[in-house]
Amino acid sequence: MTTDHDSAYDSLADEHGGDARWAFGTGFDDPLSGVDTAVPDGVEPADLAAYSLMLADDALVMSQRLTQWCTNAPELEEEVALANIGLDLLGQARLLLARAGAADPTLPGRLAPDLPHEDALAYFRGPAEFRNVTLAEVDNGDFARSVARLLIFSTWRLALLDRLTSSRDAVLAAVAAKGVKEVTYHRDYAARWVVRLGDGTALSHERMSAGLNATWPYVEELFVSSDVEQRLAAADVGVDLAGLRAEFDDVIAQVLPPAGLVHPPPENTVDSAGRSGRHTEALVTLLAEMQGLARAHPEATW
Amino acid sequence: MVTTVGNARGGGAQGGTVSDARAIAESVTDPELPMLTLSDLGVLRSVEVSADGGVTVTITPTYSGCPAMDAMRDDLRRSLHEAGYSTVDVRTVLQPAWSTDWITAAGRAKLSEHGIAPPGPARQRAAGPVPLTLQPLVRRVSCPVCGSPDTEELSEFSATACKALRRCRSCREPFEHVKEI
Ligand SMILES: [Zn+2]
Repeated sequence: MTTDHDSAYDSLADEHGGDARWAFGTGFDDPLSGVDTAVPDGVEPADLAAYSLMLADDALVMSQRLTQWCTNAPELEEEVALANIGLDLLGQARLLLARAGAADPTLPGRLAPDLPHEDALAYFRGPAEFRNVTLAEVDNGDFARSVARLLIFSTWRLALLDRLTSSRDAVLAAVAAKGVKEVTYHRDYAARWVVRLGDGTALSHERMSAGLNATWPYVEELFVSSDVEQRLAAADVGVDLAGLRAEFDDVIAQVLPPAGLVHPPPENTVDSAGRSGRHTEALVTLLAEMQGLARAHPEATW
Repeated sequence: MVTTVGNARGGGAQGGTVSDARAIAESVTDPELPMLTLSDLGVLRSVEVSADGGVTVTITPTYSGCPAMDAMRDDLRRSLHEAGYSTVDVRTVLQPAWSTDWITAAGRAKLSEHGIAPPGPARQRAAGPVPLTLQPLVRRVSCPVCGSPDTEELSEFSATACKALRRCRSCREPFEHVKEI
């Protein structure tokens, strides 16, 4: 018998020309292949890229946090749910990173000229170059804290994406229209868990309440538009974050009473500004994990 | 000059007519739901053959993060190459967003035959903010194993982005359901 035990690995490592993929889910095409990415009139390409990056980073960092529940969730069903939500957000992030790169190729070009824009932007920016809101990056904590964060994040993002469907940028509008359908499921999932835990046993109520209070300090930041967001909102391309507050408050007010939870006091807030690149140490460790492989092997393909 | 599906037959210099190219593209299957063709799934938006025989196929993604999209693009290119079309361009269109309402009647029948409950009509949205749904939606989903209408939802998320997990209260079998979107 002359079985070559290396052959299976060789076949994985080989260049696979033509159309075949060596495994399902490997090899990534440009998610905007064939889509018209012209920048709308009256908008600076750099502004559109910066704005797309903000929305991409929210989704990318939140996706990374959700996938950290893999092998750690309390039930297999919840693990599958959290991973699926993370996958939806990763897909939104890919489209938005590609949109950022198409609007202004100089940033990905400077970071990693040989890589697709989405990879250059995801793997080769440092923490200070990320523009996600702080809410997305803070540690998962326990399951209760994670569903509190997911409720707040998806309630805010759904309100944002719903308005973005009428953006003058056709790509952002299309990404948003798809995202609205997905995040509707995410928000329902999180809200049901907040009610179930808040209205459950004394212990689950206590932990749900603690999780909500630990997450609430990052809410104020969600409604403060950066300069780029203000300019793009004025140009009917982006969304004014302050305008999302009423819908956000209304949804939270539907969830807390059936959960038996007390609304966190408004003074429970911190001074945070992820949109300007000011981040917590939590993002540094998150990115080290997310980017380590790509940075150690920049020539690798998968 | 471009000949679009549904119009007259374009004389392809390399492979064949636009209806040939369309038939090939339509027969490519979804890697995650292999009982369904891309046509059954409703993701194939157009097939065009130019005067010089190049094929342009346009597809739309199901979910933003669906990993099957890249495999679909490859399978489309390979199938058309094998049929003799040497120039194949697979393009993406994002708008309007895919809905499970686009899964064809034939596709729904195939899902049922393979033990996967097909989707009901997608939620119609009224004006105003997207409503929150604190109670699981009551869906009329029959068990694909025994046909009982007495089934319950276990999770709105399952092994792939497009499916929910349910259980039959009559025969106790768990099964998957393509959730409405
Ligand atoms: Zn049954």
